[in-house]
Amino acid sequence: MAATKASKEQKYDRQLRLWGDHGQEALENAHICLINATATGTEILKNLVLPGIGAFTIVDGHTVTGEDVGNNFFLSNNSIGKNRAQAATELLQELNSDVSGNFVEESPDKLLDNDPEFFHRFTIVIGVQLPESTCLRLGSVLWNASVPFLVCKTYGLLGYMRLVVQEHTVIESHPDNALEDLRLDQPFAEFQNHVKSYDLDSMDKKDHSHTPWIIIVAKYLEKWFSEHNCRLPKNYKEKEAFRQFIREGILKNENGVPEDEENFEEAIKNVNTALNLTKIPSTVEDLFNSEQCNSITSQSPSFWVMLRAVKEFVHNEGNGSLPVRGTIPDMIADSQKFINLQNVYREKALQDAAAVSKHVECLLQSVGKPPESIAEKDIKLFCKNASFLRVVRCRSLAEEYSVDSVNKDEITSCMDNPDSEMVFYLMLRAVDRFYQQHSRYPGVYNYQVEEDISKLKLSVNSLLQEYSFNVNIKDDYIHEFCRYGAAEPHTVSAFLGGSAAQEAIKIISHQFVPFNNTFIYNAMSQTSATLQL
Amino acid sequence: MAETDEPMVVDGGNGSTCEWDGRWNHIKKFLERSGPFTHPDFEPSTEALSGFRNLHVVDMDTIDISNLNRQFLFRSKDVGRPKADVAADFINSRIPGCRAVPHFKKIQDFDETFYRQFHIIVCGLDSIVARRWLNGVLSLLVYEDGVLDPRSIIPVIDGGTEGFKGNARVILPGMTACIDCTLELYPPQINFPMCTIASMPRLPEHCVEFVRVLLWPKEKPFGDDVILDGDDPAHIQWVYQKSLERAAEFNITGVTYRLTQGVVKRIIPAVASTNAVIAAACATEVFKIATSAYTPLNNYMVFNDVDGLYTYTFEAERKENCSACSQIPLDLHFSSSSKLQEVLDYLTESASLQMKSPAVTATVEGKNKTLYLQSVASIEQRTRPNLSKTLKELGLTDGQELAVADVTTPQTMLFRLCFTS
Repeated sequence: MAATKASKEQKYDRQLRLWGDHGQEALENAHICLINATATGTEILKNLVLPGIGAFTIVDGHTVTGEDVGNNFFLSNNSIGKNRAQAATELLQELNSDVSGNFVEESPDKLLDNDPEFFHRFTIVIGVQLPESTCLRLGSVLWNASVPFLVCKTYGLLGYMRLVVQEHTVIESHPDNALEDLRLDQPFAEFQNHVKSYDLDSMDKKDHSHTPWIIIVAKYLEKWFSEHNCRLPKNYKEKEAFRQFIREGILKNENGVPEDEENFEEAIKNVNTALNLTKIPSTVEDLFNSEQCNSITSQSPSFWVMLRAVKEFVHNEGNGSLPVRGTIPDMIADSQKFINLQNVYREKALQDAAAVSKHVECLLQSVGKPPESIAEKDIKLFCKNASFLRVVRCRSLAEEYSVDSVNKDEITSCMDNPDSEMVFYLMLRAVDRFYQQHSRYPGVYNYQVEEDISKLKLSVNSLLQEYSFNVNIKDDYIHEFCRYGAAEPHTVSAFLGGSAAQEAIKIISHQFVPFNNTFIYNAMSQTSATLQL
Repeated sequence: MAETDEPMVVDGGNGSTCEWDGRWNHIKKFLERSGPFTHPDFEPSTEALSGFRNLHVVDMDTIDISNLNRQFLFRSKDVGRPKADVAADFINSRIPGCRAVPHFKKIQDFDETFYRQFHIIVCGLDSIVARRWLNGVLSLLVYEDGVLDPRSIIPVIDGGTEGFKGNARVILPGMTACIDCTLELYPPQINFPMCTIASMPRLPEHCVEFVRVLLWPKEKPFGDDVILDGDDPAHIQWVYQKSLERAAEFNITGVTYRLTQGVVKRIIPAVASTNAVIAAACATEVFKIATSAYTPLNNYMVFNDVDGLYTYTFEAERKENCSACSQIPLDLHFSSSSKLQEVLDYLTESASLQMKSPAVTATVEGKNKTLYLQSVASIEQRTRPNLSKTLKELGLTDGQELAVADVTTPQTMLFRLCFTS
């Protein structure tokens, strides 16, 4: 057992550095359902099996054909004639023995007829190359069961993904360029006391040059406040003056030449961001104003309980601000000064988190739940990420497809540019329509290409008419979609394979932010777009 | 890293064991049918397909257990074996008819005669230095007596990833932006300052660097000539313990085994998904170029899926006087009283050159003279005094050529010295 744990640490090392042990644990507890082991399906699953999901189940009623083997790395020509779910499971399973692979030799339509609750057990369901009717049926079952649904399709040189999830909360969004939380515009008492312990004018040269820039800015801000009626430098002119003010504080040698004080240079360089006003991001304000935050019940997920507790904190102990994050960037300073300053922020963060904890306890008590229901470390993590919280809500497929709630504005405004990726979305919808009518896709056989162009055009027009989309779709796109003949080239499948797998990992781990809600990839131009439909 | 040997459309394929009904159905539509978005030069053809049959794979590495979370051609039983061999074996057995030839070698072990045989080159190299070297070789091939020969251009498709970010680019050496044309896109890695490491640590990383850079050479814990090996768990364990001690001295928290190893090996996080996306994008470009079915990527795509999925595609511009892909010699502007060290500093620090340890030679008084060379200890010692001599003292004249060799380029680079005073 110990040996396996150590070797898993080694095997997964490169990804543990991204989502941590707790993210990995979430993955290992997940059971993923893939419908249809086409090239797209197996490529998606490969990128989930390799990182070590707990289990997968492939649902596929098809028998492997020569065509399937031609584009699918996880089928061999020995599999021809076998059930596709079974054949693919074998070659996917051998990628990673930590993962438990299963298959169901059944079409999703049959399962929906006989046992729709079959799908309730999964952490996420990924449906690939599904006809529209199956997709909508499945979408409805999964929506009602609150099981996330990821729809993927490769069609010629296009990739399409649609995420369907009612409410997906993210505490650890890991933003790329987060602003620091230094509170220089509204210093808390403990920070002010710490700043007081420094006297820049009486320090020896070594100490002076190794004082953290945060302290320097704080000191000079105090002076500025007293001379400017307690107002922060606010425009370019004032900030320039402030920078110059700091520059004058650089020690000079006996000839009046300024010494080399890198910490002062750092202070000057950081003035702009240091003077950012501490405020609650609008994303978080919106969350504070949401229904889930304001009506906490015994059913409320811990995310909302903690959010409400933070909101209470903001209106009380926080004096209008979120709990202090508690981290500072590295800066030129001697070890002791830096560590002491870092501890001031850390202790304040702990203090704020403790206050939030009290609010969590009260809330839990008020709905009859024990205070241990939400762990201390989860509250600390929540507080640390308070500025970065995200909630993703994707519309249901029913809403997207209904004439009453279709996102007509988004579609027509994108189509102001007739070559925008939106045209591919409309063509995929038209192709689905074609399939419904003719029980086949356009242009699969060479002799069909020519005549299907006009048939597909009829499908396009019927689509536009039904939804009253006043847009124009160029004939070139209709021709191109007949040319594709519903082909599923491997390289496009593989691009979607990587993209979809990572979105699934985001859903499972609740880390990083999933897309909302439609992604189109165009392999012809190597461009993509995300649409909210 | 795979390189293809032949164009796609070839041979009959009837009755052969590696053909079966429908094998090419998903791909032949793109080759047999005309369409509105194909490349202007594309001509549909119904000749039978053969797929990419002849590939050469060059890789100097052996398989490590930490590769297995994403490198899907390898299994735990393969750990320790050369990547090129295992990859070729796997592909040849999984894809009937494919003939992948492995080379367990560094890319630098081959010269231009090797690379000349290929129609397309695809790279997934793990360093800028390696990319620049290969880029240099392929740029060499396209010039005949200083004149660009378009028929000698071998397209290079280059992909790279870090965590959830990646990029894919198409390079036509001599015609479109090459690696060196866009060197500023890869800013140099910044190391921690020595005074921080030696006397003022603040972060757990500083503690690890102290042990790696200062304590290990001093204490030689595993023997006199034993260099720190990031892949040896015993070495990392020692560094970890010593880093904890260092951290305790300064009240620094956060040193873990994982952090220690990450700092020592300069580990970059990696997952299967990002690599799959970029590899797929590169493979799509190989397909387009090999078949002329569509216009290839022109010429750079970046990908990032930290927050949703983001791609950005643009045309990186070629540098007219690029030191790698143009034949135009670069001018170096220095005063005759500048020291040689200043010239070397420029070669290493300039954003567009970013050399590692340039060796400089010049013809002085009719004889070829090595001005400075770092990589051979005896020559380094002999030429070190030259660094503090002025260019005039070294006998260099205005307008003369300096030849510079470096790991970032396969061939010596010529510069022209221009005295400013």
